[in-house]
Amino acid sequence: MDSRIQRFFIVALATLLPASIAVAAQPKDLELEPLVVREPDRREIEVDEIDSENFEVGAYGGILNVQDFGSNPVYGVRAAYHITEDFFLEGLYGRSELGETSFEQLSGNVQLLTDDERQFSYYNLSVGYNVLPGEAFIGRKYAFRGGLYLVAGAGSSDFAGDERFTVSGGFGYRLAATDWLSLRVDVRDYVFKSDLLGSEETLHNLEFTGGLTLFF
Amino acid sequence: MIGRKWMTATLFRSMLILAAVLICAPADAKYQPEVVVSDPYIDLHTGPGRGFPIFYVAAQGDRITILKEQTEWYKVRTPRGKEGWVNVSQMASTLDLDGGPIDFPNYGVDDFGKRRWTFGFGAGDFGGARILSAIGSFALTPNISTELVASQLLGDYSDGYLGTASIVMSPFPEWRVSPFFEIGSGIVHLEPQTTIVQSLDRTDEVVHAGVGADIYISKRFIFRVQYRHHTVLTSRDDNEEIEEWTAGFSVFL
Repeated sequence: MDSRIQRFFIVALATLLPASIAVAAQPKDLELEPLVVREPDRREIEVDEIDSENFEVGAYGGILNVQDFGSNPVYGVRAAYHITEDFFLEGLYGRSELGETSFEQLSGNVQLLTDDERQFSYYNLSVGYNVLPGEAFIGRKYAFRGGLYLVAGAGSSDFAGDERFTVSGGFGYRLAATDWLSLRVDVRDYVFKSDLLGSEETLHNLEFTGGLTLFF
Repeated sequence: MIGRKWMTATLFRSMLILAAVLICAPADAKYQPEVVVSDPYIDLHTGPGRGFPIFYVAAQGDRITILKEQTEWYKVRTPRGKEGWVNVSQMASTLDLDGGPIDFPNYGVDDFGKRRWTFGFGAGDFGGARILSAIGSFALTPNISTELVASQLLGDYSDGYLGTASIVMSPFPEWRVSPFFEIGSGIVHLEPQTTIVQSLDRTDEVVHAGVGADIYISKRFIFRVQYRHHTVLTSRDDNEEIEEWTAGFSVFL
């Protein structure tokens, strides 16, 4: 009799014990969870997400003198990437129109070029160097960041219906109205060779432009 | 010719539209984290350049807000509302609000050895013609990278385009003057100039082998000189051999 009751308790204990262990284990799991949830509280700095302003895009307009073909309005767009405080890479694309040579004007109705060939365009890839950065003052109250830079580059000019390899050089001045908006004045010489007027000669084409650029 | 003009005109217009969109786009909420000065002090310059005067110093323990970044300079605001530019070398010693270090990217020659994406342009001589190239490359391993080059050719008698894909091997990527070797292939398209009478446009396959060097200048800036020997696989009896010499600048990310 005794042993039968004992056996009953042993069997009951054996079936209930694993269940009670499982029940006891559950709250333990719950206690651990908050430790995992706490993780997002760390205030790490995402340096990559800080607003960076190393790209510059803008438009410009001015006057381009194409040797023998007079001075004409020019307009274009530019994009630059500032690598360091000293160096930047810049690409630009501009369009203008060729005027008449003195010969065409004097000889009456002789035309050297078709209307299509008078469309002048160029693109250019340059390296720029900020040579004299500094602050500029207007009156007593206002100070602006500015600086003189030098540029040199190479590209192609669509001159009189043909593409010409073109090297360019020049300088400019950038005045920052705000951190993201700049005024620019540029002087450039675009040099290419042409045999349009008989023998091959090197043409120097000077350009004076002003423009606005945005940093982003 | 007309195709290219149309393309450049479209590009020109789309750039103008992009500029207009950028001007009109509403400024969204910017990420402006706070950091703690851990050095005895840090210098605030009036502009993002080493020559701009220091007009204020933020003291140890000050919580400064980072507003933006231009090249290697960060614009910050101090607790007293002063706004100025701090060089990345001084930002590197600031801590986050939990006292942990922050990894500001201060590019140096070590990063040059670990460069992955590189973009640039070059110009030079292509068998007597002038060549202008745009270059993009991606490093699969520190020693091996793939490279795409798109070039415009400007000759005395004909113009054209060249596109190549290469495998580039750099045995010493960490050297300041890092030599490389390459092989690749591509397509060359040539068209005669308008002053030349009757000659047909032609498109041929090219294969090339080359050698050159990437020269580290500073930060993320590279100067490159390169020689390539092209074999043009023409439809005529003989293949054409062309030598290309270029120099250019590139940036790595």
